[in-house]
Amino acid sequence: MSLKTEELVLNMGPQHPSTHGVLRLELLVDGEIVKNVIPHLGYLHRCFEKHTEALQYFQIVPYTDRLDYLASMGNNFGYVLTIEKLLKIEVPERVEYIRVITAELQRIASHLVAIGTFGIDVGAFTPFLFCFRDREIILNLFEEITGARFLYNFMAVGGLNYDLSNGWVDKVKDFIKYFRPKLKELNDLLSFNKIFIERTASVGILPADMAINYGVSGPMLRASGVKYDIRKNDPYSIYNRFDFDIPVGQGLQGTVGDTWDRYWVRVLEIEESLKIVEQAIEQIPEGDVKAAIPKKIKPPVGTAYGRVENPRGELGFFVVSDGGNNPFRVKVRPPSFCNLSVINEICKNNLVSDVVAILGSTDIVLGEVDR
Amino acid sequence: MNNLVQEIIVNLLLAAAPLFLWILPYALLAVYLERKISGFMQDRLGPMRVGKWGLLQSLADIVKLLQKEDIMADAVDKKLFNLAPLLVFIGSYAAFATIPFSSIYIGSNIDLGVFFVTAISALVVAGLLLGAWASNNKYSLYGGMRTAAQIVSYEIPTAIVILSVVIIAGTFNLKEMSEQQTANIFNWYIFGGPELGLKKFILIPFMLVGTVIYFISSLAEVNRTPFDIPEAESEIIGGYHTEYSGMKFAFFFLAEYANMFAVSAIITILFFGGYQSPFGYLGNLLNIKWLVGVEQIFWFLFKGLLFVFVQMWLRWTLPRLRIDQLMVTCWKYLIPISLVNLIIIAFISLL
Amino acid sequence: MKTINEFFEVLKNNFNDAVVELKEDIDSYIVVKADSIDKIAEFIKTNNDFKFDFCTCVSGVDDANGTKNTDENGNVVINGGTMSVFYHFNRLVDDAKIIFRVYVERENPVVNSIAMIYRAADWHEREIFDLFGINFTNHPDLRRILMPYDWEGHPLRKDYKNPEFYQGIRVAY
Repeated sequence: MSLKTEELVLNMGPQHPSTHGVLRLELLVDGEIVKNVIPHLGYLHRCFEKHTEALQYFQIVPYTDRLDYLASMGNNFGYVLTIEKLLKIEVPERVEYIRVITAELQRIASHLVAIGTFGIDVGAFTPFLFCFRDREIILNLFEEITGARFLYNFMAVGGLNYDLSNGWVDKVKDFIKYFRPKLKELNDLLSFNKIFIERTASVGILPADMAINYGVSGPMLRASGVKYDIRKNDPYSIYNRFDFDIPVGQGLQGTVGDTWDRYWVRVLEIEESLKIVEQAIEQIPEGDVKAAIPKKIKPPVGTAYGRVENPRGELGFFVVSDGGNNPFRVKVRPPSFCNLSVINEICKNNLVSDVVAILGSTDIVLGEVDR
Repeated sequence: MNNLVQEIIVNLLLAAAPLFLWILPYALLAVYLERKISGFMQDRLGPMRVGKWGLLQSLADIVKLLQKEDIMADAVDKKLFNLAPLLVFIGSYAAFATIPFSSIYIGSNIDLGVFFVTAISALVVAGLLLGAWASNNKYSLYGGMRTAAQIVSYEIPTAIVILSVVIIAGTFNLKEMSEQQTANIFNWYIFGGPELGLKKFILIPFMLVGTVIYFISSLAEVNRTPFDIPEAESEIIGGYHTEYSGMKFAFFFLAEYANMFAVSAIITILFFGGYQSPFGYLGNLLNIKWLVGVEQIFWFLFKGLLFVFVQMWLRWTLPRLRIDQLMVTCWKYLIPISLVNLIIIAFISLL
Repeated sequence: MKTINEFFEVLKNNFNDAVVELKEDIDSYIVVKADSIDKIAEFIKTNNDFKFDFCTCVSGVDDANGTKNTDENGNVVINGGTMSVFYHFNRLVDDAKIIFRVYVERENPVVNSIAMIYRAADWHEREIFDLFGINFTNHPDLRRILMPYDWEGHPLRKDYKNPEFYQGIRVAY
């Protein structure tokens, strides 16, 4: 006797604990096996691109904070770099250093959230709070120099809105000294946990050619074994002055490009970011951070595409100027948006639990996907 | 006739005593402990606001749950929906009837004690499945199906391990089992039982294996991490209790904690000497008879809570398994190992 | 080959009419015809001199260069003119870049889709369709992506007017 089985549509989200925001995944499931995943976006659409057309260039910076709200510094950085490219202005050395330091600290903070929430997705709660405990210190550091803990509005076109406060550099040094052993603790607790490896290794494998074809970038692309990092391949700001490696997925526990690799690349990147911060903090020169800020931003007619390596991947800003006070068009190339587009390919024919793990490892931020 | 009625009433009261004297306060305590322990493990304080060190937190939670509106969706099967939490509650609390808390107190000293506990705990599955189905929610259904598959599978290794202890003990009666492990820590079944001789020493490794298997499968039976896939909150929201709110949810919640203690009690009785003290009794030393019984209650609760603590410890340390890995663990490893273990123990006991 | 001028020469030789001009800008771009962007995309992906494997970004722009009229409600409506689609491609090996621009008529915006050549373009094209109303022929799944599926109008057009009601609910405030 054969039983007739039917496929079931399971709506995961928009209110679901592990869609990391308001994402709706329409899962076509046969028992526990997922046959198809259809993402529905737009629940967090805030018309960022439409807003920019009604705002002056410098007014847009706080709006960029809210794109990838876990990596506001990176968003600021990407936007101001693009406008500086459009205006063809040079910024002082000190500004470059501070930008790099804050962006890398932000990368650590963002990866800590990614790792922690990924832990929750596979059922490990404690690493999440350990990660947040350490992230707290970075947020405190940021609070000291920007006055905000989350949405900083720190960088301005041509400079910074605030200079570093006294003694901040020493606090960063203290943080690095404190944080290094904590990474080992994290590895002991989660990274090399047998159950964790069983859950994530060889699950949701993303081959390199598929990753490239889908425009996947950032840690997710590197986990698939592609050694591509904008900080190294197309250095912006002053990244060419620092010595750091690009970790790539090697399939240590399973296949290259699996969920565990995506997790592990992030852990290694934290280490690399620490290296950059350590080097930058030693070399930071004196100077005025507001010296190069233009009085009025009125770029010539033209188009410019600027990009930075955000914690989640390549964040691009495509700005069209018509010579006026407001940008004619600002298009964001959000890394999470492109990384999410591959979700159907890597979730197919996995279990429902795997979908959660895979989605956790893509580390999307819906504020950026929906803009 | 009058005597019979009296006897029934007295017995009823006696059987209900652990429920009111221990299990309900225990559930509150366990919820508090769980939050505090997880807090300390995670470098935070846990509840601190209600009472000193947040001691009254779980009381406040219960009051909150009592006041909550009992939400019931239109599409649920109302009768089954209401019946399910009761069944679960009954299943997990009835198991305490035959558990000997001390030599002076046992709810019902029946000869098939172990049998009764295993059988009545199985009622919980029915309740969970009922609640899941009646909720008319896909996530609940998933949770229910996972629960059914998981608990039914893990009952097999549990039962096999219990059988191997029964072979050594020669009785199904939980009180007799506890009595056999008296006097000395090495009389506990984990160390091969009270009979001295070569047999005892050959038994020790196999009893250890049995203990580990029993502990793992009991974790799965009470849906604790790493086997909490039926209510995996990051995957299927809350599993079978997604649609429940207020006191009905509290029933599920309390039943889970009661279950935790029930399996810890069984593991204590089967392997760790039940209510017996590992060091001997102060009551015997001072020649106060009733003190022995009280001490025994202390030891029993202490050992039970120790295992509850281990369960909590594991929960806040380990990630969750996947459904297929869970089944593999049970059918490919635990069941064959426990079966072989049972056969070896049976042969040893023939020596 | 690394610079856009070299790329332009080769493309001009291969596609003559379809490749219109090389426009100097901060990031210089090549203007191509809308009905041949898919062939060009195929070419730059497979040709050994190009091998652009990474489609970074596809963005729509409403050029708003038509005649501006006021309709009976007093709203500005743009008639005629063009909209553009910008394509940013990237070569991961040496990080060479190439940018295309496609002009489409505002009244009848149709571009050939490259979604099946570069899967990355899939969602970007859906987004452009959603926000600009540019149709991509041969797109496998052209639905709205950011706005609700039953939304009317295309918000990023310069003459877009906020609707007063959405599904009977007042949204203007």
